[in-house]
Amino acid sequence: MYSASDLRKGLKIIIDGDPYIVATFDFTKPGKGQALYRCRLRNLINGNSTDRTYRSNDKFEPAPLDERDMQFLYAQGGEYHFMDTLNYEQIVLSAEQVGENVRYLRDNMDVKVLLFKERPIDLTLPIFVNLTVTKADPWVKGDTSGTDTKPVTVETGYELQVPPFVEEGDKIQIDTRTGAYITRVKE
Amino acid sequence: MISVELLKQRAAIIQAVRCFFMGRGFLEVETPVRIPAPAPEVHIEPETSGGWFLQASPELCMKRLLAAGAINIFQICKCFRRGERGRLHLPELTMLEWYRVGANYEDLMTDCEDLLRFVGREIGRDSIEFGGRQVSLTGDWPRITVEEAYRRYGSMEVAAALAADKFDQEMVCHIEPELGLECPAFLVDYPASLASLACLKKDDAMVAERFELYVAGVELANGFSELNDPDEQRLRFEQEMERIIANGRQPGPLPERFLTELALMPEAAGIALGIDRLVMLFTGKSTIDEVIAFQPEYL
Repeated sequence: MYSASDLRKGLKIIIDGDPYIVATFDFTKPGKGQALYRCRLRNLINGNSTDRTYRSNDKFEPAPLDERDMQFLYAQGGEYHFMDTLNYEQIVLSAEQVGENVRYLRDNMDVKVLLFKERPIDLTLPIFVNLTVTKADPWVKGDTSGTDTKPVTVETGYELQVPPFVEEGDKIQIDTRTGAYITRVKE
Repeated sequence: MISVELLKQRAAIIQAVRCFFMGRGFLEVETPVRIPAPAPEVHIEPETSGGWFLQASPELCMKRLLAAGAINIFQICKCFRRGERGRLHLPELTMLEWYRVGANYEDLMTDCEDLLRFVGREIGRDSIEFGGRQVSLTGDWPRITVEEAYRRYGSMEVAAALAADKFDQEMVCHIEPELGLECPAFLVDYPASLASLACLKKDDAMVAERFELYVAGVELANGFSELNDPDEQRLRFEQEMERIIANGRQPGPLPERFLTELALMPEAAGIALGIDRLVMLFTGKSTIDEVIAFQPEYL
């Protein structure tokens, strides 16, 4: 069982028999008041969203999902093809099911695909992924405009803000939970 | 991501806060972060540390300093609150508290106006931009009672919300988002049961002399006229401990030294203001994560 303090973006729970994923989550606590956990939950079967507010004492049943190690193969016509790394079985997820994860999906990336009653419904990426910067403006030293970040594009087409010293060809680590730049990495 | 530029702005804001209090003759104090007996609070779970606790607020120690003869004191320190993590919450936060002998909660509201305007001037701003709002620091800041706020913005009266245990939910969903949108606003006169360390209002014992400062819907500070009757304080602590037990938690011991010395504390008022939120508001950032050096998840 989960309690409300376990709630976070991406957690999968059962409500009225259906699996839901926490799509957005905010912890709030007015003044000296009690903690309230405000969630937007997405039904993993039909895609419908619903808003709920929970309290500390609320409990949740974890969604009984099978998680399988898979490799991302390719995307074609809005379908995303993955291969089970144990039995080489191939499965397909829709663009909707892949969602924001598409920002970080690189060919041959190892991911986990979730299945509910044998149906693929979602995927989980590693928390940190390393991606190559494919487009970045050069850093003008002595730039006094006051900005301390600049936009770059990585190999998947995702654009994000990074410190000015990051250059084209650099490999950077990104937190897939927030989409934020973490650090520059050497590989 | 650590932004050195933001850390510079943060330092400038904290420097301005210090200048403000120094300029008014306040004494900057430091009290222990690790304490044996915190104030029992049903909705604040303290972090334990070697059989003691990390402070959730320096309140009790600072009041003991008033009892020992200090007049105007302030402190900027780390506070710890277990499990509090969100867009506006950190389990380890930086708190500003100040206490004034001979003052009441109305004086503290005036202090808040002066402080924010002073800090704004020091960093060259007379407004705060947050959540798509521009909040002006000039002019009169409205003071609205909790009762009136419920009537204006809530889906029920305050008494009904308390009876249904929906006070906090109403606050979060309906009331807080409406407060401090044009200029900062004070929400004043909280129900007596929600202010275990505050004086009751002289002409209305149903409410306490407690207020919260809101800027663009964000709660920034909580202050009150301090209760200095040790017997009444003990009673309220014991009631709070019962609530803690009813919530399935084990309360810490009663802060006996504080209760003894409270008899010596003159009439006073005190307030806590979240520095991380202050920096967030003044730098126009949308989350508290963006104004600290390291988030707990990246340690």
